[in-house]
Amino acid sequence: MSQGTQPYVALDRVAKVYPSPRGDVEALSDIDLEMAPGAFVSVVGPSGCGKSTLMKCLAGLVPITSGKIDINGHKLDGPPDAMGIVFQRDVLLDWRTILDNVLLQAELLRLPRADYRERAMQLLARFGLEGFEDRHPWELSGGMRQRAAICRALLCDPELLLMDEPFGALDAMTRDDLNVELTRIWQGSNKTVLFITHSIVESVYLSDRVVMMSRGPGRIVEVIDIDLPRPRPLAIRETPAFGAYVHQIRHHFAELGILKE
Amino acid sequence: MSFWRKHLMGESRTRDVLLVLAALVAIWELGVWYYEPPKIFLPPPSAILAEFLTTPGLFIRHMGYTLWTTLLAFAVSVALGIALAVAIVYSRLLERTIYTLLVALNSVPKVALAPLFVIWLGTGMEPKIAVAVMLALFPIVIDTVLGLRSVDPDMVNLARAARASQLQILAKIRFPNALPSLFAGMKVAISFALVGAIVGEFVAGGNGLGFLVLVAQGQFDTTRVFVSLVLLGLMGTALFYAIDFAERLMLPWHVSQRGEGGSQHGG
Ligand SMILES: Nc1ncnc2c1ncn2[C@@H]1O[C@H](COP(=O)(O)OP(=O)(O)OP(=O)(O)O)[C@@H](O)[C@H]1O
Ligand SMILES: [Mg+2]
Repeated sequence: MSQGTQPYVALDRVAKVYPSPRGDVEALSDIDLEMAPGAFVSVVGPSGCGKSTLMKCLAGLVPITSGKIDINGHKLDGPPDAMGIVFQRDVLLDWRTILDNVLLQAELLRLPRADYRERAMQLLARFGLEGFEDRHPWELSGGMRQRAAICRALLCDPELLLMDEPFGALDAMTRDDLNVELTRIWQGSNKTVLFITHSIVESVYLSDRVVMMSRGPGRIVEVIDIDLPRPRPLAIRETPAFGAYVHQIRHHFAELGILKE
Repeated sequence: MSFWRKHLMGESRTRDVLLVLAALVAIWELGVWYYEPPKIFLPPPSAILAEFLTTPGLFIRHMGYTLWTTLLAFAVSVALGIALAVAIVYSRLLERTIYTLLVALNSVPKVALAPLFVIWLGTGMEPKIAVAVMLALFPIVIDTVLGLRSVDPDMVNLARAARASQLQILAKIRFPNALPSLFAGMKVAISFALVGAIVGEFVAGGNGLGFLVLVAQGQFDTTRVFVSLVLLGLMGTALFYAIDFAERLMLPWHVSQRGEGGSQHGG
């Protein structure tokens, strides 16, 4: 992480209130967060603490109630350029093949499909979906669908990648694989990534910086810089340094009464 | 063989239905032969077939007229229905006015308005089409609105995140997503269009199977009434399965999720 340069993403006292007939829901309160260009930032926190809301605010999909969001030095006003997004559910279109689902991103951005076909095939292969290009989403497992959704987000080479628990539904082994693959794609790409997860281990493994959130209202309780060398082999998770980060985060959540241990 | 098996309906299901139908016809034939009810009350199936064979050209011509009326009305209903549904989904004002009105009017027995169309449009094909459209339009609009609305909000968010236009969102996401609902509506609408065409022929006369039924009834020729009814039944069934078939061809992704066979809801 480069220090001193202008942050790619900057949130300044952001708050989000969902109006509702049964009383307003304060989903985010007083969120300050900076992400350096090319940084990998994870958000961990209990269910309902506003992680998805935070992502949607950053994506310009949900208007914030107060505060300010800057992306690449510009005040956020609707979805920014060059953004890729992976939602908590894969939202693949059932009527399209996997390849066409990935190419949807180019279509939506009004880029010529033909230029991206090759890249789509490569991405699918990288994520273990070779041979499934012509299948439909309902012919794939949940994990395969989620991988296709990631390919779609990566298709047009976004500068900002937002991912909402993309590996939440996967088994541990596939998850490890995809963690490695994602890091490989991210490294040397200069993409700024916001990655939401429930898994503390995953957040430490992937990130330069882990943001801990708590609920009622959703707020940031701690930001921890992960100072581990890269590239990180999976075995790094067995090192004492790694364990110390995981312990620190667990302990902090336990103190807040969120994790019982 | 496997094409039909996959696309039409389970081959064994077709066979079972045909068997049951054959059994019913046999019971009917034997029952009439044994109890000998007055011919004006219930003719046997064999007499119905014989009656048809006396003037097949006449029956086919009237059937063609009814079929044509039904198909035209169906086409108009689909085109108009989709346009209305899109307008309703995209306009608050239209939703509050037209849609509310349509839903309210849906419970009105629209058939009762048929004579009005004769006054307005005469006794040609137009009033028949009008009555049929009046019946068939509702299920199309209502089901399409439902389908256009029932899209996963994150699917729309995905498109918005790429700054897609409203038109792109409609064409690439909302409309395809609404197709299963549209087809459900079309299955109801095709039957309603046929009902509308018959009602139109009852009141406007001149042509069609509905007209034949009316004339035969006036002459107390029950056998001829039955010939028309059987033809109507065959036509209705064929039309329904034509839509079902089109759905299987166009929406394999939906049909395979829904599981084999079985039509959903009624209008
Ligand atoms: N569209 C909405 N309207 C009203 N309230 C909402 C809406 N979306 C989220 N909320 C509320 O905001 C709060 C945060 O929701 P959010 O989905 O951001 O949580 P989350 O951290 O992503 O949870 P999870 O880990 O379970 O996905 C919750 O209390 C939720 O009920
Ligand atoms: Mg969430």
